[in-house]
Amino acid sequence: MLILSIETSCDETSASVIENGDTIKSNIVASQINSHKRFGGVVPEIASRHHVEYITLIIEEAMKEAKVTFDDLDAVAVTEGPGLVGALLIGVNAAKAIAYAHDLPLIPVNHLAGHIYANQLVEPLEFPLLALIVSGGHTELVYMKEHGDFEIIGETRDDAAGEAYDKIGRVLGVPYPGGKHIDEMAQLGKDTFHFPRAMIHEDNYDFSFSGLKSAFINTVHNANQKGEELNHNDLATSFQYAVVDVLVDKTIRAAKEYSVKQIILAGGVAANSGLREGLSKAVDEQLENIRLVIPPLSLTGDNAAMIGAAAFLEVKKKHTANLALNAQPGLTL
Amino acid sequence: MRILAFDTSNQPLSVAVVSDDVILAEQLINVKRNHSVQLMPIIDEMLKQAKLSLDEIDRIAVAKGPGSYTGLRIAATVAKSLAWTKDIELVGVSSLKVVVGNRFDENTGEMIIPIFDARRQNIYTGLYTRKNDGEILEVMEDVHVAAEQWAEMLAQKEWPCPLTLIGADAPAFFEIFKEKLGDQVRLARPEQYLPRASVLAFLAQREEATPAHSFTPTYLKLAEAEENWLKEHPDFEGGNWVEKI
Repeated sequence: MLILSIETSCDETSASVIENGDTIKSNIVASQINSHKRFGGVVPEIASRHHVEYITLIIEEAMKEAKVTFDDLDAVAVTEGPGLVGALLIGVNAAKAIAYAHDLPLIPVNHLAGHIYANQLVEPLEFPLLALIVSGGHTELVYMKEHGDFEIIGETRDDAAGEAYDKIGRVLGVPYPGGKHIDEMAQLGKDTFHFPRAMIHEDNYDFSFSGLKSAFINTVHNANQKGEELNHNDLATSFQYAVVDVLVDKTIRAAKEYSVKQIILAGGVAANSGLREGLSKAVDEQLENIRLVIPPLSLTGDNAAMIGAAAFLEVKKKHTANLALNAQPGLTL
Repeated sequence: MRILAFDTSNQPLSVAVVSDDVILAEQLINVKRNHSVQLMPIIDEMLKQAKLSLDEIDRIAVAKGPGSYTGLRIAATVAKSLAWTKDIELVGVSSLKVVVGNRFDENTGEMIIPIFDARRQNIYTGLYTRKNDGEILEVMEDVHVAAEQWAEMLAQKEWPCPLTLIGADAPAFFEIFKEKLGDQVRLARPEQYLPRASVLAFLAQREEATPAHSFTPTYLKLAEAEENWLKEHPDFEGGNWVEKI
């Protein structure tokens, strides 16, 4: 089964052709980072404009690279949400037009399910599983008994982890998006500031990163007022440890309580080396017979391949949409 | 030539199927609804009513702007996707010109000023006239401008003919124009205010097709963040903002 999938939920225009939900025939991603860097963050109106500029070019490239024609396709899948409404609308309307033009089933996909199913492109999902989704907009622990069954057992109560990275990145004056730069700096410093590990001892799986962000900003501001020069690498390392410790600790605890077979890391912050290493080490040391799946860097950020992977089962279940499909910016799992 | 035409530039949504000089099917809706939900189902419905399939369409005509950014993008995305994926010719026509096209039964001796509200006393507008052969001539390019400034600019020229304001937002700006231009300015009849996709289709018959991939709406205005950024970077000469990763 061949699925053409389209993803435009934020600042990446992406199209992909996926075979049988687990094999990538093509995965084209056009990033708008250079544009949004000018503004220190994603500007929704500008993201929407870029999506319109590139949408058909990217889809054509995905089709060419996969060496398929529309006659070969079995369905068209698209991210319906969550995300920026104006950005989502471009993918949704392109997908509707293409599905209509070629009389193909139209499959709406939840962006977060997509992040989880990115791992199906690495190895088969084994249930029950626990997915840690960490991105600029989300920090969630999701328990899955079976395909398509998502139970959110923990989530952030304020900022998403990736959002906190971008905000402290701004404080340290690193270019947008801050996460990647902070991660690089964190490799070079030491955890000297011992920022708070928010909610780490609480008897639930929720997260909070705004307190950490404030502690970080206060530390920097106080030093500035006193004319002290703080080591930026140490600040980055201390911040990263504080984030990773909480994410890893809660993930390990949940994995034990729910007796899962597999732990999956998903979302843009899955590219963070501190998180990848921290989680791998903890799973090795503290868990037995639980496999950790970490997607390759090419599948951590937003991409259409993951949408095609998630769409596969939806096609089989005939979860199709009609031509009235709309963007769902606030969609949850 | 068989044309599928649609316009979602502002609140009205219109879709038509036109074959040469015959309107086969047309729909115009002017209540606040969601263009993203409605456009594709109505395109499907109009083609069915016209007893045509997409394969039998020779040209897609779309109102390219100016107008509501989101509305423009919905029509543009559907238009370029359909045109590219089915290898159908694509023609973008000014959304203002589509409304001007409603003055088809009038004497040609007038200047036509289409008006879309662009908020904060600004308008999207232009200046058009209809030649003796019926063709609409763009006298001045479409612009985003303060309503008062446009009226002032017009008042500084001598016009040997009436000036006619047209469009659903025209009455709201009529007083501003009347103040500067006096009795020379008048309003079109209300039944001519809304864009009709059939008119768009007829206009598109006379225009050149455009490549689908590079088609984007004509916003006539930058996003505010970009406007501010350009003010701070006056020497900027263009950049490649989107790259494959």
